[in-house]
This record gives sequence, C-alpha cells and structure tokens, in this order.
Amino acid sequence: MGLALLVIIWLITFFSTYFFVAQTWWLPHGAAKAAAFIDGQFALTYILMGIVFVAAQGALGYLVWKYRASANNGPVGYSHGNTKLELIWTTLTAILFIGLNLMGSHVWASERFDPAGPGSVPVEVTGMQFAWYFRYPGADGKYGRTEPKLMDPSAGSEAAVGLDTTDPAAKDDVVTGTMYLPVNREVDLTLRAVDVIHSFFVPSFRFKQDAVPGLIIHMHFTPTEIGEYEIACAELCGLGHYKMHGMVHVVSQEDFDKWLAAREAEKQ
Amino acid sequence: MVAQDAHAHAGPQGFIRKYVFSLDHKVIGLQYYFLALSAVFVGMLLSLLMRIHMIWPTAILPIIGEIKPETYLQLLTMHGTIMVFFVLTTAPQSGFGNYFLPIQIGAPDMAFPVLNMLSFWTTFVAYMVLLAAFFVTGGAPLHGWTGYAPLSALTNSGPGEQLGADLWITSIAIFCIASLMGALNFITTVLDLRCKGMTMMRMPLTCWSWFITAILGLLAFGVLLSAGILLLLDRNLGTSFYVPLVVVNGQIMGHKGGSPLLWQHLFWFFGHPEVYIAILPGMGVASQLLSTFARKPIFGYKAMVYALMAIGVLGFGVWGHHMFMSGMSPYSAFAFSIMTMAIGVPSAIKTFNWLGTLYKAKIRFQTPMLYAIGFVSLFVSGGLSGPFLAQPVLDIPLHDTAFVVGHFHLIMGVAAIFGMFAGTYYWFPKMFGRMMNESLGRIHFVITLIGTYCIFMPMHYLGMAGQPRRYSQFTELAYLQNLMPLNRFITYAAIITVAAQLIFVINLFWSMFKGPKASDNPWEATTLEWTTTTPPPHDNFGGHTPVVYHGPYEYSVPGAAKDYIMQTDPAGVPTH
Repeated sequence: MGLALLVIIWLITFFSTYFFVAQTWWLPHGAAKAAAFIDGQFALTYILMGIVFVAAQGALGYLVWKYRASANNGPVGYSHGNTKLELIWTTLTAILFIGLNLMGSHVWASERFDPAGPGSVPVEVTGMQFAWYFRYPGADGKYGRTEPKLMDPSAGSEAAVGLDTTDPAAKDDVVTGTMYLPVNREVDLTLRAVDVIHSFFVPSFRFKQDAVPGLIIHMHFTPTEIGEYEIACAELCGLGHYKMHGMVHVVSQEDFDKWLAAREAEKQ
Repeated sequence: MVAQDAHAHAGPQGFIRKYVFSLDHKVIGLQYYFLALSAVFVGMLLSLLMRIHMIWPTAILPIIGEIKPETYLQLLTMHGTIMVFFVLTTAPQSGFGNYFLPIQIGAPDMAFPVLNMLSFWTTFVAYMVLLAAFFVTGGAPLHGWTGYAPLSALTNSGPGEQLGADLWITSIAIFCIASLMGALNFITTVLDLRCKGMTMMRMPLTCWSWFITAILGLLAFGVLLSAGILLLLDRNLGTSFYVPLVVVNGQIMGHKGGSPLLWQHLFWFFGHPEVYIAILPGMGVASQLLSTFARKPIFGYKAMVYALMAIGVLGFGVWGHHMFMSGMSPYSAFAFSIMTMAIGVPSAIKTFNWLGTLYKAKIRFQTPMLYAIGFVSLFVSGGLSGPFLAQPVLDIPLHDTAFVVGHFHLIMGVAAIFGMFAGTYYWFPKMFGRMMNESLGRIHFVITLIGTYCIFMPMHYLGMAGQPRRYSQFTELAYLQNLMPLNRFITYAAIITVAAQLIFVINLFWSMFKGPKASDNPWEATTLEWTTTTPPPHDNFGGHTPVVYHGPYEYSVPGAAKDYIMQTDPAGVPTH
C-alpha cells in the first residue's frame, strides 16, 4: 500500500503541475495596461507555490513509502519534534507569504487610490437584471441627472438608466448597450447598479469590480489593444446571471470619435 | 471531581429516552453523525444535478424533469447551505466531538447533558426548516449560500425569494442557536471535566481542535444570528439594514439608505471563522491518526497546539479577503491581505509537523491512516491556492471564478470530508463494536482521492481562463466554449466519484451488523477511548474515573515493553 500511495500521490502531483506548466489553460491574452504586471505576479506566485506543492506532495509520497511498517525493521525515531527546525520553517514561510503580498500592492493602489488622470475618457457603467448599460457624458463632460422613478428597463438605453431628459446636462448623454473605448487612453469608469449587486468583469483587461446599489464606485484602467472583448457578470445577480454579458470594442481614437458622433447624431 | 459526580446520572430506561431524546453524549454524537450523513448525500446529489445541468443543459432527467437556470441556482444555494452547516459544521465537531471529547478527557458525559440534547434537536429542526424550502411555492432561494443582499433581501428579485428565502434564513438562525448551545457545552466540558492527570497539554490534539472550534463557534455564530434576524426584518417588516433605494424591474422598492456591504461584513465575519470550524476538527483527527498509525509521537505537539490557537485568533481578522472586489475601502485590502497571508504560516507549520511525524516512522496502512494521508495531501493542494487569492491584485482575475470553487472545495470541503472518513473508519470499532471492511475501505479511498482531484484541480484552470462561478450554462459567452471539454471531464469524474460513495455506505451499514467483532483497542492506540470497553458503557468508564500519567502520543518509547504506552498506564517509562 505504501508503494501504491507513492504512485498515486506522485501521479496526481505530476498531472496537476503539468497542465500549469504547459499552460494548456491559462489567463486570457491581456489587453490592458495592468495585465503585464498582474500576469507577472501570477506567474511568480505560481512558481513559488508550485515548488512548495511539488516538494510537499513529493515528500509525502516518499515518506509513506520509505517508512512503511512492512519494510522498516529498524527502530522508530522517537522524537517529540525539533524547535529549531520549526522556527526556520515558520520564518521562511512568513517571509515568503508576506513578501509576495507586498510586491503586488502598488498596482492595486494605482487603480484605486488615485483618481483617473487628465484626458481620460469618462464612461458610466450601470448593471441591472440582466444587462449592462454604458453612458458617455457627451461634449459637456457632465453626466445628466438620473431618477429612479424614470427607470424603465423594458424600454432600454436611456429609459433603462432613468435619464432625466429635462436636465440640460442630459441632452448630450449617450446611453448604449455596447461599450466603445479608444485604445491607449485611460478610462475613467463610474460603476453603478440599480437593483442587486453585479460585477463588471472583463477577463482580457484583468478588470473586475462589483457594482453595488447605493454606491458609486470610481475606477480607472487603460485598454492597450484594438479588438473586441467580452464582459461577464461575476456576482450572482439572479436567474439570468449566466447570460448577463456585454461587449467592449476597443478602437482607434479616430473610430471612437466617429462612433460617438454618430450616436449623438442619432439622438437629435 | 464534584462536577463529575453530579453528571454520573443513571442509564435511561425505554427506547425514547435511550435513543431519541437521549442525554447520553454518545447517542447524541451518533444522532449528529447520522443527521450529517443524510445531509451529505442530499448535498452531494444536488451538486451532481448541477454538474449534469452544466454540460447537458436541456437534458430531461427522470423524476426531476428539465433543470432550468433558476433551478440550477436553487440547487447551488441548497448544496452550499446543507454542506456548510449540516455537514461540515455538524459531523466533525458535533458528531465526533460529542462522542469522543468527554471520553478522551476522562469525563462521564458533557457538562450540560440537557443542553446537549436540546442543541441536537434544535439542529434537527433547522435542517427540516431548510429542506421545507424545496417544497413551498417558488421553491428554494437562488441567492447562493452567501445570500448577498439586496438579492436575498428583496422578495421579487427572483424565483424562490419569497417563502423559500424566509425558510432559508430562519433555518440558519435556528442553526446558530443550536451551535451556540453546543459551543458553550464543549468549552465548559474541556475546562471543567478533565480527569485527574489530564492537563491541558496532555489532551489529544482532537480535543484541542474541538475546544478551539467551539470558541470560534461561540464568537462567530452569534454574529450570523444577528445578521440573519436583520435580514428577516428587511424582508418582512420593511426595514433597510441592507437595502438602499433600489429599482427592481422598473419598480421602486420601499427601502432607503441601507448598505449591501453591511451584510457581507457580518456574513464573512462569521463565514471565515466557519472555514476553520469545518477544518480544525479534521486537523485534529489527522494529527491523532498520523501519530497512531506511524507509531511515533506527533512531531511538535506544542507547536500544533499553538498553531491551532494562532489559526483561531487570526481567523477573525481575515474576513475582508472575501470582499476585495466588493467596493469596500481599497485601503483595508492591505490589512486583510497581510492577515490572510499570516494565517498561512500556522497552516504551514501543521503540514511540516505532519510530514515530520512520518519521518523515520513505521507506518501501518489501515484505512483510517489512508484517509489521514489523503487529508494531508488535500490540505496542501487546497492550501497553496490560498496565497493566490489572498493577494488583492491576483483576486482581480480570480475572484468569483471557478478557481475559488476549486480552492475552497479542496481545503474546506474535501479535506474536511476526508477528516470525517478518517474519523469514521478509526472510531467505528469503538462506536459499533465491529470492524469495517478493509478491502472496501481501500477501494473507496483510492477512487475518492483520485476522483476528487479530477473534479477540483481542473477548476483552477477554468478559473484562470476566466470562467465565472455560479453560471448555470456556458452558452452565452464565446470564450467559455473553449472550456467545455474540461467541464465535461469534471462532470464525468463527479459521476464516478459520487457512485463510489455507495461503497462507503455499504461498508458502513454492512459492518455495523456483520463486521468482525472489535477488541477494545484494535489500533493499539494510547488515548482514553481505547482504555474502556467497546462500545463504552453509559458512564464511559464503568464506574471508575481514569487517571492519566502520560501525554497522548507515546508510541515507540525507547525502553518500553510495547510500542505504545496508554495514557492511563501508571507503570512504564517516564514520559512527558
């Protein structure tokens, strides 16, 4: 049984590690500024944890085989432990875990503690059962007022987010069901939810943030590659959670301006 | 000693007092065990239905019919709730703890036998109330076992959010009351009823783990109870603890000014210690068994005790790591993340000591030991994905994906269940007076170990690729299509693994009646439950009180006649 255990534990270790190393399934291609750092931190954590994983499982398999009763006729090493070893092990683990943690903190801080820089593109994202709406403030740079009593999800777009069209600032607001962003420009994101908690998740941007009713959350990120990326909802929001998705089109500045102008024209 | 005499009540007469409303901790322990056993099969079948729905979304199943997306979420909610409360909290602590804590510390019963009976029957009522949610109009709630408000606080947010959700939160509140009673009983018993010579540092590590778990339960369940009452008020009396002004499907709800994050803070203040409530007893059992079957003292007994305490203390400071993406202050993420990494340290100490126990040992591979070894392997695998999730930046891609599902199932789900299997195979002879079948035990172990790895390891890959959790179908997002083969593999592995659990059930019930008779100490173990007869008499030690002379794990002591010295052995060589 000792040998069987060794084989089983080592095989499990081999296959688990193989699919990580071969990257058969991996983080999707990164298309935003933070992706490089996050992926690097992920890879580093994975290498360190992978070493501990292989070492611990390897040792477990080896020890149960090596010290099986049927083969071991020598005396048992009677011992209640070794304080020095315990201390070394504890210190090393503490340094490893806490060091890893501190390394990642600046990326976390930069997207959250500071506001978006000047020249960023403002977009408001509103989550509701079971759709995402995106609002651009238009030429005045100001979002118009929204009113809960005006919200009508069945009518879609402006009515869905409850835009008060009597507000002058609302006149040039564009509300769409698809997100357009210019490439390589910082996005100043405002996140809202009207009914329950949703979570705005764009795997390719390494971006995720809950949208919470009653809270207005500001975040910023920078898409770096032209293309189409899927948005998923990552917080359970009801029976349609699995189909609450959307699209981000990252386009050139020129195409973005054209697209926005066309939406403004439609509105008039 | 006075306290002990007071509890040495006479054996009960009649079936009802003996087996139903029993005051005997052993009977109550078995009642908890069988409640959890029935719950684990319900919970497991629900998860199997979920896996089937994921890969065959339109399949028409016998009896149940088609599983709709909302049905999937109801299965998910009930699976989580049943497993966390009525399996992971019930069997390892209330089941084994009730049966063996008093015996292992040389007490005739728990400190408060009536309270003990009451806490079991309260748990039973909670379980019935939860199951009732399946059968009311609208069915069970769909808000997940974490019940995030406002989804859980509004009655029109989805199917099952009417009476089903009320029953769900009521069941949890009742469960909290039962657990508070149980926790008080465990703590008092450990502090007051230890026999002569049983100092705290001579207690088996199982007793330490039940003791620390009880303290965690006492501090955590009170908070969940309060949170649950507030949720009931929000749902039924129009208060706004958790709900701000919201508009559901164009309709303005009557709430104003509440905070959805308040629920998350209260829930996870309970929810994270709950993880340790589920796993600490398993750690205790693994320690006990590794030492017994390795025929070696546990490596670093004191370090094990301090690590348990450290996990208990730190466990109350990490709840915010469930909320990195929730919209709480991003500054607090640092504090929670440092605390979370810190709690990895005592967990690593435990793993190191388990491996140290095996070094230069003489390992006997009976079924309980196989499960203890499996526990260590799963604990390592599930534990090492923790440092990924503890880093806020890595939580950005991984939070609420299948990676998290793989992580917590390995560590608090399957590892804890391996602890229960280990405990069952180990203590079965003492509880039922017969041995379980070794061959069936081995087959069950091999399939279950490989099966669980095949189910939960691939979930990490799915999560890395961005598959969100709690999705009933993967048809809507294009990038999820590529992951279908892996999802199919997981479902096939789940079907095989679930089927293999029948081997355990057959072994359990067949051995109960037909297994070979067990001696008083079949594993040649040292702790007090093996000094008494099999099964133990009503007062545990047949009219006398044991006296303890040794620590709990004196195996292969140089110069001793046998390779183990019972804790009650007055002769023998001097030990700790």
